[in-house]
Amino acid sequence: MEYILMIIGAVLVNNIILAQFLGICPFLGVSSKVDTALGMGAAVLFVMTLATLVTSCIQAYILVPLNITFLQTICFILVIAALVQMVEIILKKISPSLYQALGIFLPLITTNCAVLGVAILVTQKDFSILQSTVYAISSALGFILAIVIFAGLREQLELVNVPKGMKGVPIALITAGILAMAFMGFANLV
Amino acid sequence: MSKLNILTKGFFKENPVLVLVLGTCPTLAVTTSVKNALGMGLATTFVLLMSNTIISLLKNVIPDKVRIPSFIVIIATFVSMIDLLIQGYAPSLASSLGIFIPLIVVNCIVLGRAEAFASKNTVGDSILDGLGMGIGFTIALTIIGSVREILGSGSFFDHKFIQGDGILIFVLAPGAFLVFGFTVALVRYLQSKKKLKTEN
Amino acid sequence: MAKKESTLLQLVVTLTLIALLAGVALAAVYTVTKTPIEMAQQQKKTAAINQVLPGFQGELKDCECTVEGDKDPVTVHLAYQDGQCCGAAVETYTNKAFSGRFDIMVGLDAEGKVLGTAVLKHSETPGLGAKITDTESHFIQQFVGMNPAEKELKVKKDGGEVDAITAATISSRAFCDAVNRAVAAFNQVKEENHE
Repeated sequence: MEYILMIIGAVLVNNIILAQFLGICPFLGVSSKVDTALGMGAAVLFVMTLATLVTSCIQAYILVPLNITFLQTICFILVIAALVQMVEIILKKISPSLYQALGIFLPLITTNCAVLGVAILVTQKDFSILQSTVYAISSALGFILAIVIFAGLREQLELVNVPKGMKGVPIALITAGILAMAFMGFANLV
Repeated sequence: MSKLNILTKGFFKENPVLVLVLGTCPTLAVTTSVKNALGMGLATTFVLLMSNTIISLLKNVIPDKVRIPSFIVIIATFVSMIDLLIQGYAPSLASSLGIFIPLIVVNCIVLGRAEAFASKNTVGDSILDGLGMGIGFTIALTIIGSVREILGSGSFFDHKFIQGDGILIFVLAPGAFLVFGFTVALVRYLQSKKKLKTEN
Repeated sequence: MAKKESTLLQLVVTLTLIALLAGVALAAVYTVTKTPIEMAQQQKKTAAINQVLPGFQGELKDCECTVEGDKDPVTVHLAYQDGQCCGAAVETYTNKAFSGRFDIMVGLDAEGKVLGTAVLKHSETPGLGAKITDTESHFIQQFVGMNPAEKELKVKKDGGEVDAITAATISSRAFCDAVNRAVAAFNQVKEENHE
């Protein structure tokens, strides 16, 4: 039950993009087509889960026992950067087709603040390693949900006559605002 | 490009937030009040300035292949430093900015300037560039923060000038997107007007 | 100026050097800021205690206590004036908040009536749940004088007496939970001290 609530909370109520503002760059950057949005989402799901698993282990077994939590930021970002590189190399060897699909998104993920954000959030919330992993997966699902809906909307926006100054980023941001309003309706779910 | 130009181009013409649309996460998240926006802007300016300086100093020592990881380590160091300093000397700011201080590491503006400017230019120019970009970032955040605080809470720098609540939606998540969207649109409109003028 | 192709050794050496320097620099800043950070936290606590126990001048005695069914302990600062226990400031928390957990300080008199509350740490939504920090609001003021030991605090929606913050029922419910926990801890500590 606790986990179900956590999943609903992270996907709908505290959606990582629309309520917590993490991962806005890819949200705006890779959301012009539903296909690419799905690809980016899959890559984030993969990296975020793995990264949170690794960083919460590091936090629990290295940083806290040695009392060097002030090195947290530097450690986590290095782990994420290394992990992304590793995933890229392994995917290239094992599954070239998957690499073709996700490849271009992987390097972008290092600077996706959603990944580092979730890794730091779970340490602040004092989650156990299992809880952290569940939280990471549900956050990533929330990311996918938001970016895919948004990409669908933007595909339609392409066909609409928008005032010149509003074209591109401004209208996308305003659409995101309305989407965030819609998501606020989930607030009393949990 | 003149020295002054390097400094001022980030203010408006190449404003990292309003024109280049980088660093959007903190722009949306911490602009619920002017105080937070200003604090975040200054913290990021510090990191930009320091990382630009050090990276420009070390640009000939760092091998090309490990360029990005080295930059990340340098940036993360300064971010952790400012994080500790804010916790020690401005605890109330630390609690309201929360997780977004460590997240300066992944602010694309910082890594972007390191890669695009500091790794190719002299130390002096890099310092000016970092300072200019940081100030531009601060200006953008302060504008958005002011609009959101005035409309959303009916206050400015925590001084309330109306009774009761403001238009709540502006402090909440959707308001962030809306204000940011309209500000970018306004800047584009102003720029297109300016361009028109110079062309005629 | 074209850069030379670097050997693997060079790569490893530069990266290690940079990481090492970064570690040293950070450790230095950490040592410098360690005391101010601790002091800032301590100051915040003292300010909160003064706020929730207005006019109190006596001695504080700290005890830790875990309320039945909880995982984390609560710190009870028992307030002694002229050798008599005249109440307590309790550092309590809730895990039921909208964004995880928040910590509050609750001032209680000797019978367990609420004297005041102060928020220590929270990450509730600005404009909604974050109103718990507004000490002059009706929501915070209504707690003064209530005694959760006689009647458990609940928001009106759940059949209690507390008016919830508009559109922030979860945060209000969590606030009640934290205050209830404070009183439970206070009574538990009081009993232990009497034995």
